[in-house]
Amino acid sequence: MNSQPTYDRPMAKLRRIWALVRKESLQMQRDPSTLLIGILLPVVLILIFGYGLSLDVKNVPCVILLEDPSPEAMEVAAGFELSPYFKTYIVTDMPQAKAMMLNRTIDAIIRFRPDFARNVALGNAKVEVILHGSDANYARIIQGYAEGVINQWQVRRMAAGKQANLGPVIVQNRMWFNENANSHYFLVPGLIVIIMTLIGALLTSLVMAREWERGTLESLFATPVRVEEILLGKIIPYFALGCIGLTLCILSSSYMFNVPLRGSMLVLAGSSMLYLLVSLGMGLFISSATKNQFLASQIAVIVSFLPAMMLSGFVFDIRSMPSFVRFITHILPARYYDELLQTLFLAGNVWSIIMPNVAILALMAFVFLLLARIKTQKKLD
Amino acid sequence: MEAISGSNIFKSFRLGAVETVQALADITFNIRHGTLTALVGPDGAGKTTLLRMVAGLMSPDSGRLEVLGLDVTANPQAIQSRISYMPQKFGLYEDLSVQENLDLYADLHGVSRKDRAERYPRLMDMTNLAPFMDRLAGRLSGGMKQKLGLACTLVRSPDLLLLDEPTVGVDPLSRRELWEIIRVLVKEENLTVLMSTSYLDEAERCNHAIVLNNGKILVQGPPEEVSSLATGRVFIADPLPGQPARNLQARLFDAKDVADAVPEGGQVRLVRQEQGQPPFTGTLAGLKLTTTPTRFEDGFMLLLHKALADAQVALPALSPTQPTMSIQREVIIEVHDLVRKFGAFTAVDHVSFEVHRGEIFGLLGPNGAGKTTTFRMLCGLLGATSGKLRVAGEDLRVARASARKRIGYVAQKFSLYGQLSVIENLEFFSSAYGLRGQRKRERIAWAMQQFELTRLARLPSGQLPGGYKQRLAMAAALLHEPEILFLDEPTSGADPMARREFWRRITAFAEAGVTVIVTTHFMEEAEYCDKALIQDAGRVLAQGTPAELRNQAKSHDGCRPNMEDAFVAIVEASRGESILKANQSL
Repeated sequence: MNSQPTYDRPMAKLRRIWALVRKESLQMQRDPSTLLIGILLPVVLILIFGYGLSLDVKNVPCVILLEDPSPEAMEVAAGFELSPYFKTYIVTDMPQAKAMMLNRTIDAIIRFRPDFARNVALGNAKVEVILHGSDANYARIIQGYAEGVINQWQVRRMAAGKQANLGPVIVQNRMWFNENANSHYFLVPGLIVIIMTLIGALLTSLVMAREWERGTLESLFATPVRVEEILLGKIIPYFALGCIGLTLCILSSSYMFNVPLRGSMLVLAGSSMLYLLVSLGMGLFISSATKNQFLASQIAVIVSFLPAMMLSGFVFDIRSMPSFVRFITHILPARYYDELLQTLFLAGNVWSIIMPNVAILALMAFVFLLLARIKTQKKLD
Repeated sequence: MEAISGSNIFKSFRLGAVETVQALADITFNIRHGTLTALVGPDGAGKTTLLRMVAGLMSPDSGRLEVLGLDVTANPQAIQSRISYMPQKFGLYEDLSVQENLDLYADLHGVSRKDRAERYPRLMDMTNLAPFMDRLAGRLSGGMKQKLGLACTLVRSPDLLLLDEPTVGVDPLSRRELWEIIRVLVKEENLTVLMSTSYLDEAERCNHAIVLNNGKILVQGPPEEVSSLATGRVFIADPLPGQPARNLQARLFDAKDVADAVPEGGQVRLVRQEQGQPPFTGTLAGLKLTTTPTRFEDGFMLLLHKALADAQVALPALSPTQPTMSIQREVIIEVHDLVRKFGAFTAVDHVSFEVHRGEIFGLLGPNGAGKTTTFRMLCGLLGATSGKLRVAGEDLRVARASARKRIGYVAQKFSLYGQLSVIENLEFFSSAYGLRGQRKRERIAWAMQQFELTRLARLPSGQLPGGYKQRLAMAAALLHEPEILFLDEPTSGADPMARREFWRRITAFAEAGVTVIVTTHFMEEAEYCDKALIQDAGRVLAQGTPAELRNQAKSHDGCRPNMEDAFVAIVEASRGESILKANQSL
């Protein structure tokens, strides 16, 4: 009977946890799909989102319809030609421009009427901007660009002491926190949310459900190992894998996309690890509740990955959602993490935002890990 | 003190919303320290439930169960720290190597480095796994996996060893090796072992046997007690000249006063319901009968037969079969010099054989012998590297599709759609085989009646009991009335009762003219075959009728070997020869 207490000694516990962690790491190394999700996927997602999914509008194809080849018209046209936002074609008659608009080789027509030069001299010149309005947001952005180009021309004329027909007030735009209106600035932090969710919830739920399915847990159960040791044996290696993914994300955000990190790196790392614990807890809970790989992955995608994508404020602004959907976002851990990241990357250490979000994440981590512990029992009935 | 003592244990499971299944009812038993106890019984008898309960993984609904003096409900962890348990799906990590699997369990059980240095070489020596320490567990053959699973439970000497069907799906050679390990440990370390098994000859080797049926204990005690139940009821019957033994066996098996009948060495072993001496009346009239010593299986089948009769479960009746005289029939499968290579590895090495119409042909061999590869080539699922392969008159190397219409195939794990009901599965498979309209309805009705599936027609096939899954898989393969039926280990994991029913059906199909090709791990099942072939390492070691195979292995001591002894002798002789050759060439 005195063999009994040896199993409860802290050293024996540590040794068992270490054995499970080592086992899990070996499995990770040998299972290409784990490494695929844990390391390759972050890199691929960063490349796709970073380079492919840019919300910026650049190189808008447009036609400059020069019905008046005067020096004044040429001056404005040159402004469009040199702008990085437009890709211009010069055309001299309307039907041709119209045809190009119809088959959508262009998105805008900048039209100079035959009397443009004369009206400039009179001080009431008009530049007609015709836009392809099928995507209204896009059209408004182009409109803004076009107005900018024309404004600049006026400013240049005024500087040269020539006649300009400026309105009484000039609107000066400034975008705080993201001066260039660069969409990478908010996409990359959002991406980190997605990757942490994938590694934490999806991967963990898969590997734990696999053990239930293959019956390996049944033999583990009939050993001195305790449930919390089995859970720690899963959490530790996947936490480490998550940290590797996190490092990859942060490195690429600062070196590939030059996203500034205005808050402290320490707070960023700390809150990311906290979120990782939340999603690990979620993954373990899902897998212990389903005990089936297919079901676990479906549920993990539906309750963690998709909401993190759609409802965290990553792609769609939470404030413009209907109130019901907005209400749902309050139970999503991804929402709080996204807010933390946006703040830390773009605004800095704003403690009034950081503290409540960190507190909520800590509470969620505790709840999910506790649920996972309760749901994982050394019982088969 | 007893190692395990249980009294009045009940356990039920919920099945769906309302239905409950009584898994264990009023189980009372004791197991002494240092004994080897077998838990036997048909599928669904409650063997696994009882083992899991002893392992502290389930709690009894009522009753008391103490393991090593500890209550399972109150103190499961304390029990789990002292026992070793090998579940049916032995908990090996397939992506870890042999060494890593052993280390994991040694670490979990807190085995010190010093103890490991002593224990490992001994385990490796017993399991012959030493050359494979760096191989991934997933790449081991079935028998080796089972040995590794056993080794993992034995990284330290447990106070109690629980094994759930440790020898299922394992060839006779590996089975003998596994048993040798258990035997040595029980003797040398005074180990207490409780194991479930569906091999009745294994129960015979234990100190104690518990026979479970339907959640109740039918009998418990030394195995000799079970054997002696059949005293004065066991006979050997000779078939008529020209009559295959399985034909007589099928007729006797159906007879009312016979509890069990199996073919054995070209004759039929039968167990009568009642004691008595020939001459008998009825089916047994006019048969030449000799008495023979009883064995565990006889007593077990007698018990089970009585239990089934009590529960009003009638065995499926089949159309009456007449003895068929062996007439020279056409060759339906012709295999000549068949070779299949996977890279540098030759899985099937110059195999030749012929099968005649209406024959039952058995493919026997240890795990990894190339049986399944041969099988897949015959079904046109896998191309041959070289050689001739004609099935139903068609060259499979060119006309796979048209030949496939004439064959039915039941894969090892029964390819059924678990979510679909029995009838939906049949409808799907009949459409897949191109049946429609009247003929489709007729064939499905035939299958439902023939395999007694009507009662379960609406049940999802994933919830069918094991034996019914096999019936449904066979029904699906027979819908399009194939001329040839391929069965890959159809009886693996099936209990003795289900296996007899299975062969009863196969016998009837063969008599109706269907050619049957079957692989099996149960060597005594080769007795049902007209001809069998023994394969090892891709090569054909022996082929012929069961009697011819047995004669090949006749030992010098003159005693009549059974099929399993013959098989082991033939394979070992061939392996010995190849080792000899390898040594000579060095």
